[in-house]
Amino acid sequence: MDTADTMPATARRAAEIAFVRAATEEPLPPPLTQSGAIGWIRENLFSTPLNIALTLVSIALIVWVMPPLIQYMFINAVWTGADRDACLVSIEHPVVGACWAFVRERFAYFIYGFYPISERWRVDAFLAMLVVGIVWLAWLRAPRRDIGAAYFFVVMPAVSYILLSGWPLIGLSKVETSFWGGLLVTVVVAAVGIVVSLPIGILLALGRRSQMPAVRLFSVIVIEFVRGVPLITVLFMASVMLPLFVPDTWSPDKLLRALVGVALFTSAYMAEVVRAGLQAIPKGQYEGAMAVGLGYWQMMRLIVLPQALRVTIPNIVNSYISLFKDTTLVFIVGIFDFLRTIEAARIDPKWATPTTSTTGYAFAAVFYFICCYLMSRYARNMEARLATGHKR
Amino acid sequence: MGDSVIMKRVFALTIVAAAAAFAATAASAQTLNTVKSRGVLHCGANGTLAGFGLPDAQGAWTGLDVDFCRALAAAIFNDPAKIKFVPLTAKDRFTALQSGDVDVLARNTTWTSSRDTQLGLNFTGVNYYDGQGFMVRKALKVNSALELNDAAICVQQGTTTELNLADYFRANKMKLKTVTFASANEAVKAYDAGRCDAYTTDASGLYAERLRTVKPDDHIVLPEIISKEPLGPSARHGDDQWFDIVKWTHYAMVIAEELNVTKANVDEMVKSDNPEIKRLLGSEGKHGEALGLTNDWAYRIIKHLGNYGEIFEKNVGQASALKISRGLNALWTKGGLQYAPPIR
Repeated sequence: MDTADTMPATARRAAEIAFVRAATEEPLPPPLTQSGAIGWIRENLFSTPLNIALTLVSIALIVWVMPPLIQYMFINAVWTGADRDACLVSIEHPVVGACWAFVRERFAYFIYGFYPISERWRVDAFLAMLVVGIVWLAWLRAPRRDIGAAYFFVVMPAVSYILLSGWPLIGLSKVETSFWGGLLVTVVVAAVGIVVSLPIGILLALGRRSQMPAVRLFSVIVIEFVRGVPLITVLFMASVMLPLFVPDTWSPDKLLRALVGVALFTSAYMAEVVRAGLQAIPKGQYEGAMAVGLGYWQMMRLIVLPQALRVTIPNIVNSYISLFKDTTLVFIVGIFDFLRTIEAARIDPKWATPTTSTTGYAFAAVFYFICCYLMSRYARNMEARLATGHKR
Repeated sequence: MGDSVIMKRVFALTIVAAAAAFAATAASAQTLNTVKSRGVLHCGANGTLAGFGLPDAQGAWTGLDVDFCRALAAAIFNDPAKIKFVPLTAKDRFTALQSGDVDVLARNTTWTSSRDTQLGLNFTGVNYYDGQGFMVRKALKVNSALELNDAAICVQQGTTTELNLADYFRANKMKLKTVTFASANEAVKAYDAGRCDAYTTDASGLYAERLRTVKPDDHIVLPEIISKEPLGPSARHGDDQWFDIVKWTHYAMVIAEELNVTKANVDEMVKSDNPEIKRLLGSEGKHGEALGLTNDWAYRIIKHLGNYGEIFEKNVGQASALKISRGLNALWTKGGLQYAPPIR
């Protein structure tokens, strides 16, 4: 008030009118139709007539599919029981949905296959090591990821091999691969395929683009020959014909034959994926690398491959996902992978009911979906992290 | 058993060629010595057929064919656990035997002349007389397959089953309406849903599939068997001693049933005065040594596994979920076909 007293009369009047704002006004929130849930829905679901139609069709599909699915999978499902009687239609269960009791009873078989019961902790240990390795590498803020890489690519394969197949010298009894089965086999085949196919694929891709005719010819022959036959044929030849051509004693292990077949097959596909990445790198990058005096391997390692692999991540992961699902084909050579153990279990008369097969396949579908979706999510994250220069 | 006919021919050809080229190595093989020095019998089995070869919840093998292999291991090692089961598919079973991956093949394999002569293997006997049959709804009031004129029949595509069905209907001048499916699972589902009047496959399979219907008691298996499917174990060509051992393993179990020697009473039966029992269990004669085994070979089989009837009832008969009646697999003295030459 003292200031007001000292002000001239006109200034005092102006201060009373106060049409000049002294402080910034808080901005109004955007209108309800543009923000929050409604805004999001308008923006994403109902922005154009086509989108409106698609949204309505999707909602109709969900309404049509979900309630019976939930009914079948959860509400009418049987969760406990010792044999087929639990999952049969009876007075207490007029409608029977999924027979989860069957999956529960056979769960151990789906995981371990024929692995001897007393030795199954070894499979558990292997799976735990695998999870630790994957988390260590995939979680960006994990400490010492360099040790993690060494662990994942060197220590773990060696320890896993000793653990799973046994080493009598240190008291681990031998478990032949014919006893391996279920999830264990699926994971082993997929992991070997994934880990082996990338380096071999890169070498084959480089070979195919090489200036040296012999190397190029060799790479082209390997890639085209392996890619030109179905995986089933590769597995079948490896498993059935190979033993005919080698002496009995030398005949390699059945699972090993399948592993070699799968690794070779994926490598050929991987080679083409990587080659696509190599083609995408402008010639200037090669010339620039050579101009600063890098040799071939240095150029590839430091300049070309980091860029080429980055642009091919979606394709590489695509190959991995398709490989993961292709592992089910090893059943053709009599190896019981995850899906095959479910197939075998659903045939058992102990659990023969109208819903057993469907339940088994539903369980398999959920398992494969989770695995593939996780791979896909991880790849998306990696892409987002690396593709800063190409981001749209 | 559910193979694609074309695949069968293709692989038969491949295998014949391979077998011819490699018969020389197989002929000289002394299978018994190999098995003994290895300490483990390799048995080719089916991993996905209820009652014949199927792993249980613990991953242990069960089934009629599986127990046959165990009997063979018991005869050789006096230990039915000294065995490795190699699960084989219909497509790779013969090559697995030919290449030495397995010592004996006991995988519900139908004995046919072409297989016996062209694939480099010998069938050693019939441990299950199977044949194609029909399942119908009781409500249909059909008592014979001959009344199925103009009926819709669910069948799996591209199988010998489908061909047999057509033959049978043509031979009996009946009109056939088939509804085909890619897998047995789908065919049974469709039959259960009422799309067909009957479902056909091998009789042993019908009993297993019947359990998968919504109300198993509403369905019956018709008495007609329209094809001969003698299922039996087989051994590689060129090793007659091994062939004899596999063959007589089955016979020993059949003879034991004839003589009422069971797993439970075999220890008392050893003291029996009956000369046939004495010869079977090795207290008289040197019949086991003649095979290259010990004289108590049959005793070992019965002690560990039981006689043929016991194994049958346990795996596919009344003690199992399948509840298949003995039928053709009863002993010859009881109206069936199971007959063994005498041990003497």
